[in-house]
Amino acid sequence: MRQLIEAARTLDWRPLWISLKTGVLATAVCFVLGILAAWRVMYCRGKHRSVLDAVLTLPMVLPPTVAGFFLLLFFSRRRPLGIFLFDHFGIKIVQSQAGCVIAASVIAFPLMYRSARAAFEQVDINLLYAGRTLGMTDSEIFFKVILPCARPGITSGTVLAFARAIGEYGATSMLAGNIPGKTATISQRIAMVIQDQDYITAGVWVAVMLVIALIVLAAIGHISLRSDAGRGEQLWK
Amino acid sequence: MEMKASFRISAGDFSLQAKMDIADRRNGILGASGCGKSMTLKALAGILTPDEGRIELGDRILFDSRAGINVPARERGIGYLFQNYALFPNMNTEQNIGAGLRGGKREIREKVEAIMERLRLTELSGHFPSQMSGGQQQRVALARILVRKPEVILLDEPFSALDAYMQDAMQQELMEILSEYDGITVMVSHDRDILYRFSEKLFVMGQGCFLRTGTVKEIFAEPVYKEAAILTGCKNIGRAVRRDDHTIDVVSWGITLHTSYILPSQFSYIGYRAHDFVPVYGGRRENCIRLAKYEKAELPFEVNYYVAPEREEWKREEMLSWFVQREDWPLLREKGVPDYLQFQEDKILILREGL
Repeated sequence: MRQLIEAARTLDWRPLWISLKTGVLATAVCFVLGILAAWRVMYCRGKHRSVLDAVLTLPMVLPPTVAGFFLLLFFSRRRPLGIFLFDHFGIKIVQSQAGCVIAASVIAFPLMYRSARAAFEQVDINLLYAGRTLGMTDSEIFFKVILPCARPGITSGTVLAFARAIGEYGATSMLAGNIPGKTATISQRIAMVIQDQDYITAGVWVAVMLVIALIVLAAIGHISLRSDAGRGEQLWK
Repeated sequence: MEMKASFRISAGDFSLQAKMDIADRRNGILGASGCGKSMTLKALAGILTPDEGRIELGDRILFDSRAGINVPARERGIGYLFQNYALFPNMNTEQNIGAGLRGGKREIREKVEAIMERLRLTELSGHFPSQMSGGQQQRVALARILVRKPEVILLDEPFSALDAYMQDAMQQELMEILSEYDGITVMVSHDRDILYRFSEKLFVMGQGCFLRTGTVKEIFAEPVYKEAAILTGCKNIGRAVRRDDHTIDVVSWGITLHTSYILPSQFSYIGYRAHDFVPVYGGRRENCIRLAKYEKAELPFEVNYYVAPEREEWKREEMLSWFVQREDWPLLREKGVPDYLQFQEDKILILREGL
């Protein structure tokens, strides 16, 4: 125990900040894109819908390293997109913090998307129709009615996406690499110190991750408690 | 003002052909569940888009597939009362009513307060839908519609979500609220009593089509179609063959009926309402059915008999219903079950099969 505390005192804390930064940014990306995609797919009918749905869910069922492989193909500086981004904007995705965020976003996206869609599907379609006959525009209806009604599902989707993003390992290591102080997240740091047989440092990082996991669990519990309390409100349907 | 609609709309296997001249004031659409009543209303409101056709309101064209006109629901000026009221669950009464209003904050507030006063909702202004009874929610939904002063109000099965006791009270209340409204109203229901009470003009729907249009009294007196007769509550429908200008063989019941009037040239059914039978004692008279085999059902406020047809073999569902009229109760108590039931010839409904 003393060894652990000693190790924590002399620890390089940068992986924590990299992980938190990646987690927060990736969650923000997923939040916006996930909700938009879910709403869009809800409007789709027929074949397009299932194809779109499958594509958007794919990163969840693929091994992260496979997703990372595809990302690497996209963003490599020897490929059109990578060349374009670097030549025009000077943006480097591979082996950069931007790569961390993109990898984490892609892997966490399906969680947000699916939670948001499930939440939207719970909302009575007549609310949309009623809003229209009452003279509201579709975006007014979305922000004033649909989104507030879907809030519990969207909040839990956000928490899940954050948890997934902050712990991402496979795709991140493929796309962003494991550069200390730059792209080395906590998960990558743990893998690396274990390779060096440094179980003490690994133990400190595992403890940090456990604390984060507990906070996430507490948040989910809090949300489901609140939405259960709100279940009485669903009876109006 | 008048509303004219003629359109075709389909969803999956179901297809609906509508043609309606909606009159000023109160209209009703009577139809069995799943016949496309709600679909018709949704097309009028602009929630669903017809495949082809035209919808006019006064001199405005709301929809015309050929001219490519489709006025969006929010600009049609048509209010829609949903079956489940569709109140926004995240808003209280005041916010619900004001949700679609435009203009300054004060202006909206004044409008909302005025309508809440009128519909006795002021005390409920801070309540959320989940905190209100079905009847109160319906009043809020109505207020939310009326505050916009729509030219048309569409009512989709407005009482189906209420229990029987509340239905009666709410019907009365709705009539009162709407009596001060001078636009067009169209109410859809499968309940003939509600529509009989509500509508001036009635449309009867079959499966995906409009069978009959007329005043309520006309349609109940002459449903013309078998399906319309059933919807107006006619319990006894029998397969019939026209023998000559004055004679009908009612195959299902094994009897023959005579009329003094000339029968229409084509029909395949007759209908007879369960409360129109006249009890007969002693010998057989014209247009009678023998009451040999029967079942009796005593209900709190009525007595019903189910009478077997005069045929060798018949099925239970072919039995005729006789609802004993109150004025006949003393007669039955005194003389017992009658020997025959007589059909009054002017009460016989001559029916065709619908589309």
